[in-house]
Amino acid sequence: MIDFPILTLMSVLPLIGALFIFTIRGDEALVARNARFAALYTSLFVFALSVFMLGKYDPTGDAFQFVEKKEWLPSLGISYHMGVDGISVFFIVLSALLTPLCILASWESIKDRVKEYMIAFLALETFMIGTFCALDTVLFYVFFEGVLIPMFIIIGVWGGPRRVYSAFKFFLYTLLGSVLMLLALLALYAVVGTTDITVLLENPVARDLQMWLWLAFFASFAVKMPMWPVHTWLPDAHVEAPTAGSVILAGVLLKMGGYGFLRFSLPMFPLASAHFADMVFWLSVVAIIYTSLVALVQDDMKKLIAYSSVAHMGFVTLGIFTATVEGVQGGVFQMISHGIISAALFLSVGIIYDRLHTREISRYGGLVKNMPKYATVLMIFMLGSVGLPGTSGFVGEFLALLGAFKVNTAVAAFATTGIVLGAIYMLMLYRRVVFGPQDNEDAAAMPDMVPREIFIMVPLAVMVLLLGVFPNFIMNRVGPSAERVVALYQKGLEVQMIEPAAGEEVFP
Amino acid sequence: MSMFTWSSLTPVWPELFLALSAMLFLIVGVWRGNDGTLMLCRGAMGAFAVTAMFIMGLDWSVGQTLSGMFVMDQFAGFTKLMVLMGLIAAMALSMRYLYQEDMARFEYPVLVMFAGLGMMLMISAHNLLTMYVGMELQSFSLYVLAVIRHNHAKSAEAGMKYFVLGALASGLLLFGISLVYGYTGAIDFGVIGLQLAEASTPGTGLVVGLVFILVGMAFKVSAVPFHMWTPDVYEGAPTSVTALFAIVPKVAAMALLMRLLFDPFHAVLPEWQQVIWVLSLASMLVGAFAGIVQKNIKRLMAYSSIGNMGYALIGVAAGTVEGVGAVLAYMMIYMIMTAGTFGIILSMRIRGRACDDIEDLSGLSRTAPLLAWSLAFLMFSMSGIPPLAGFFGKLFIFQAAIEADMIVLAVLGILTSVVAAFYYLRIIKVMFFDEPTDNFDGDMGFALRAVIFMSILFVLFFILSPDILVETARSAATALFAG
Repeated sequence: MIDFPILTLMSVLPLIGALFIFTIRGDEALVARNARFAALYTSLFVFALSVFMLGKYDPTGDAFQFVEKKEWLPSLGISYHMGVDGISVFFIVLSALLTPLCILASWESIKDRVKEYMIAFLALETFMIGTFCALDTVLFYVFFEGVLIPMFIIIGVWGGPRRVYSAFKFFLYTLLGSVLMLLALLALYAVVGTTDITVLLENPVARDLQMWLWLAFFASFAVKMPMWPVHTWLPDAHVEAPTAGSVILAGVLLKMGGYGFLRFSLPMFPLASAHFADMVFWLSVVAIIYTSLVALVQDDMKKLIAYSSVAHMGFVTLGIFTATVEGVQGGVFQMISHGIISAALFLSVGIIYDRLHTREISRYGGLVKNMPKYATVLMIFMLGSVGLPGTSGFVGEFLALLGAFKVNTAVAAFATTGIVLGAIYMLMLYRRVVFGPQDNEDAAAMPDMVPREIFIMVPLAVMVLLLGVFPNFIMNRVGPSAERVVALYQKGLEVQMIEPAAGEEVFP
Repeated sequence: MSMFTWSSLTPVWPELFLALSAMLFLIVGVWRGNDGTLMLCRGAMGAFAVTAMFIMGLDWSVGQTLSGMFVMDQFAGFTKLMVLMGLIAAMALSMRYLYQEDMARFEYPVLVMFAGLGMMLMISAHNLLTMYVGMELQSFSLYVLAVIRHNHAKSAEAGMKYFVLGALASGLLLFGISLVYGYTGAIDFGVIGLQLAEASTPGTGLVVGLVFILVGMAFKVSAVPFHMWTPDVYEGAPTSVTALFAIVPKVAAMALLMRLLFDPFHAVLPEWQQVIWVLSLASMLVGAFAGIVQKNIKRLMAYSSIGNMGYALIGVAAGTVEGVGAVLAYMMIYMIMTAGTFGIILSMRIRGRACDDIEDLSGLSRTAPLLAWSLAFLMFSMSGIPPLAGFFGKLFIFQAAIEADMIVLAVLGILTSVVAAFYYLRIIKVMFFDEPTDNFDGDMGFALRAVIFMSILFVLFFILSPDILVETARSAATALFAG
């Protein structure tokens, strides 16, 4: 174990870095340069801390580790309570990994208001890491919702032509979902008398209440995830956000939804989860098939990847609500893998967007000739996204489908077609951008990746391959916690807390 | 009747001091004319500070005094300190503006002091008479303040509307008081409370009287459907006066409302709870939806305040100690956010002219980044986004509502907060996403800066130790229930 509060340190350090950047004065070019370096060093240090934490994490434990607990709002019984388990630990590393990459990716593409940009990204990092560490519902909500502030500014200030519309849509959609969750948290507090997640996990509430609370949480997480049909904010936000914004959005923010399902919905409301599982399954299937079809006809690269994200998240919800160990493990693995792959795909789009300033697929073509290095890394990510065995994308989808087959064969069969569709649109994208004739002169004249870009992409590519070959590095750590979640779920199903009196059943 | 003793005056010292200094200031003002305004403004701030110190030095558990006309408990102490803080902030915001807009009349600080005195009497009222006198002292001072720039048509219109509607509300209030007196034979809060507790069911006449009193109070806190004056008065009054209106009187009115409902009328809680329920919901809805179409930032703040009073009323409707504590904490947070916001609105000047259109803020993040970020944080806080202070205000209110099983009100209330978030975001959008049109005059003066700075500090760092406020508000609320 570590004898200093590493989780607090990781979540507070970015804010301190942001505060430091805030105090930088001087002429514009110098401020921009210093802000970039300060942000990079801060986020790299946080990443180093997160790797250190991962090294110290005990893979066999299923309880929360590195736990910190301090009084915060004692008169309401709310405490500052942080800790990680196998489910959250990798999301923290993922957040800490993607932030420096985002800062590097914005090194040259962001020239305007660099100082504010870096402050926003560091604040975002604080909220992301905090969300995955929080073991108190109110604390969780503070971090979960706090993400909206920097993200709104990032999309709105540095985004594309329709940035205002997208920023508002993102903000209000997410807020609408989250406020219902806030009420559900307060209702849990009123009934159980605590906001401590570890206690709430052990004390399931009555069936009727579970239904309502589950729905309120679902409103929040389904929007965040996003699930069909509340996914429409995502393509807009992705297309308009600057590259790094899309990376964080796809890489980490979407995972907050899945994380929430695993942390709250499944173990805390087992009866409701069982009741609504079929609905989630079919919504996931619709998401997988429908958004894959939509992705097929996109002309905009970012939009295509955005829709593919919705489809991939469909496998996650599918896996989680099978409530089997395989499904949950698959869901978590799929989220981490998608966090890397989709982030890398958005970064790839960013690389050619910086050169040609368009995301239209038809404006490119034959890039393999003038950008061979780019074509290589893009292929790795494309195949990862397709879910080819040997890449990380395969493991998660396979396990999620395995879990689904155990529970509901029809759903699994439909979902599997999504993999085929995924292969079609990704391969088509790759063919149209990388192969084919070099129709556009300006696209043909683009230089290959510069060292900075290679430095960003190679670690991600290596991880996609490594995790595809050695998934056990993640599985071993996720396993005990996944088993614990499923055990809590099973226990909750068996011990019917309070039987509703006849005629009182709200949810038959 | 108990004998008069000098010691019974001890709890009234702060009010006596404020009254005497206001009168003294009036004499000085008449003698020195408008030249002394700045001095009087500073003096008024000093007098408020000294009054606050008097209050802090008092024993907060004396209870009733002056034959039950006046009460000094934790609740009164806490809210009075809040009011005085707001008054100091409002005066600090006013001083420069008075000179910029050429309305530096010596009556201004004196009227603010009398209004403050009225509010303190309202808070400590333990008798329908004290309550009415305090309220009228406050209202009359505010009516005059609204028209202090009487040569401006809008200001005169605002004052006129405020006065006519305010007088109507006072009439209704008096009618309610007379009914309550008629049916209980008492005007003392304690006696009314005892009578109601003994009666098995409250008489219809009394309930009608209570409703009339509630209507009068709803006017003062600008709860829908008695809110019509608010947007016009906010827009028409000079901005410094609007700031005063927005920051202070509602705290006093809300405190009085809670004193009334939880002291004399606690026994008839089910009767008034539904009234407050409706007022609260209507205020939240109107505050959220009507705010969307506003183009003037002062009008927008008016609707924002209507909505915010709706949230505060949720806590009142909960009818519990937690609810009252939440309202007090909420009012404190709201007051500080409003002070900061009006600080920024008062610094919106282009080439020496005050402006108050939202569009005037265009591109502020480029021309005055610090100001823009400050307003952005205030707006995020107003829309209740964590980790800013405004979120905690809403958290306390909704926690109390859920605890008291007011699920419907909580759900509808929180949904309106999403609608309201839209117009707060629009201000941020104008500042950050739009291109700049015109530069603001840079020089804002120390007082304005200080108020904005402290407000921002509070909004940003409230999260570090929210318990201090919750704890104090809770114990103030407990005192109200004990009394």
